[in-house]
Amino acid sequence: MKALSESHYWATNKKKSKETDQLSPFKVLVRKEVSDHVHSWRFILLLALVLLTFFASLYISMSNIRASFSNVNDPDHAFLYLKLLSATDGSMPPFHILMSFLAPLLGITMGFDAINSEQNSGSLTRLLAQPVYRDNILLAKFYSAMLIIATLFISLTLLMIGGGLFFTGVRIESQEFLRIIGFSVLTIVYVGFYLSLSIMLSVAFRHASTSALTALGIWLFFTVFYPILVNLAIRAFLPDAAYLTQGEKLAYNELIMDIMRVAPGQLYSDGATTMLMPSIRSLGPMSMEQLSGAIPSPLPLRESLIIVWPQLTGLLAGSIAFFALSYYLFMRREIRS
Amino acid sequence: MEAIIDLKNLCKSYGSYVAVDQLNLKIPHGEIFGLLGPNGAGKTTSILMMLGLTEPDSGSAIICGHNATRDPIKVKRVVGYMPDNLGFYPQLTGLENLVFMARLNGLAETGIKENARKILELVGLKAASDKPASSYSRGMKQRLGLAEVLIKKPKLIILDEPTLGLDPSGVKEFLELIKSLQREQGLTVLLSSHHLHHVQQVCDRVGIFVDGKLLATGDLPTLSHQLFGNTGVETSIHLTEELADPAILKAEFSTFPEINGLIVNDRILQFNTTQDITPKIVRRLVELGANIQAISHKQYGLDEIYAKYFEKNTNLTPKHESA
Repeated sequence: MKALSESHYWATNKKKSKETDQLSPFKVLVRKEVSDHVHSWRFILLLALVLLTFFASLYISMSNIRASFSNVNDPDHAFLYLKLLSATDGSMPPFHILMSFLAPLLGITMGFDAINSEQNSGSLTRLLAQPVYRDNILLAKFYSAMLIIATLFISLTLLMIGGGLFFTGVRIESQEFLRIIGFSVLTIVYVGFYLSLSIMLSVAFRHASTSALTALGIWLFFTVFYPILVNLAIRAFLPDAAYLTQGEKLAYNELIMDIMRVAPGQLYSDGATTMLMPSIRSLGPMSMEQLSGAIPSPLPLRESLIIVWPQLTGLLAGSIAFFALSYYLFMRREIRS
Repeated sequence: MEAIIDLKNLCKSYGSYVAVDQLNLKIPHGEIFGLLGPNGAGKTTSILMMLGLTEPDSGSAIICGHNATRDPIKVKRVVGYMPDNLGFYPQLTGLENLVFMARLNGLAETGIKENARKILELVGLKAASDKPASSYSRGMKQRLGLAEVLIKKPKLIILDEPTLGLDPSGVKEFLELIKSLQREQGLTVLLSSHHLHHVQQVCDRVGIFVDGKLLATGDLPTLSHQLFGNTGVETSIHLTEELADPAILKAEFSTFPEINGLIVNDRILQFNTTQDITPKIVRRLVELGANIQAISHKQYGLDEIYAKYFEKNTNLTPKHESA
């Protein structure tokens, strides 16, 4: 009887969904945004750049995988697949370092004209005259770009694992797999940070070029000038290391690292190295007492995750903050162009 | 009949500039209403407030029974709005643009394309439906905009400057299209314009909107009566030769109750009357032995209304529209 009523329920439910075979406005928006992104030239260009980076770094690490795999001095040498992503012969930076440059560019490209181009072309007025909530428009812009980026990185990762399996024939450890997935998630979050930053700028500025330049400026500041500025400030303000005790030195070191971690790129590369190099035990300085009994061996995944957790949270918090700010700016904005 | 649009004491100011000042307006079902005013009079601001796209400082806008400020989604479901500067997604074809809007309005997925094609045919865009919107001319964009408004099957259509940038024949066609659609589908139409002649062609009623204030509403005869009450109809009669004694003429015509004024200017007689009594005047003149060369007859229309209200404002451009 129960089964019958249940099947009846399903039948009516199906009928209902057939009757109202309409898409929710959010889905419609996402669909259009995704197709716009996929067909736009700049996305195709960036996609080519990411793919090129990926395959070039994979090629280089493949060609000297034997050397790094049999390097017994390296505690991580047994992680073949992690080595594929992080090993290099010095001719090219490893994939995760390249990504710390490319990912912001990807995020900025996908978001810098999200709102202002629509406002300038006049399509925003038309869009808002439809029964759609304003936040749905913003969310659809963010969500569709994230969808594309997530698909891109997850498929790249799977491609790499598949390729590795095919060429080396070595079985992948579950820990390695999870670490690589963790790395991809971190990369996606990092792109998301710059995406929400650039969407916020696209709401704040009327002209697409202004918002693009501002976003690029912020990115350049954090990757190039911020470390220089921090170094200058340290030299000017911090006392000479020769007059410091061990404990003070450690405290200052910790402080410097914390200041450096204001830059999202630093957070990302901290996280990425921890995920890809299991032997990293701490991202800050360690005292001799802490190191004295330690055997240089890889950490289990859980411990590595605990180390990168603050980094991941920081990036997520940053993205959410910018996204909230764009909401705030957009919700009560006059939409006439 | 319940009013489709019911605006009460609507006010909106940008800083110290008052865009809309105490706007009260009721538009019943099935009417074509023309909002007529010069640039920057606050027409677009009023329209945006009706759609809930701009928040009024005070007052309320009830559209089809819903409060536009509190419940904009419900209003947007039943109102089709065509903005003055139409921007379509240039990468999509006309049909795709239309289908996108149809989907946003929650139209059923089955047969959505056929439906869209039908509407495109209705507005005369059948041949161009598969061309990208970036290749559309201004007139085609207007048509596509109208198609987008129609596909959601609205109760009320709001057209902001629908004739802007169209050539004269395009304007005529477009207005006829609106008129016929209104007749066939029983829609209510609100259109704003600063072209009085366009408004004159299609509107049942007109509202004169200047500097954020609605000065007068009504159909054209009422309006001209309201604004030019005593002048009414003006009849000019050209004679072949100057009259010998204008005084006799004046005395003669002073017995006519309809005549408010008579100006004799050489060979031109100008009568200001409350009603059209041209034949009567002509007959009388002929009886008096005057030789009539030409008669011109003028009723106060929108031109005069326009001149009276707009000319003093023509070189004013408010801040928010010039920015």
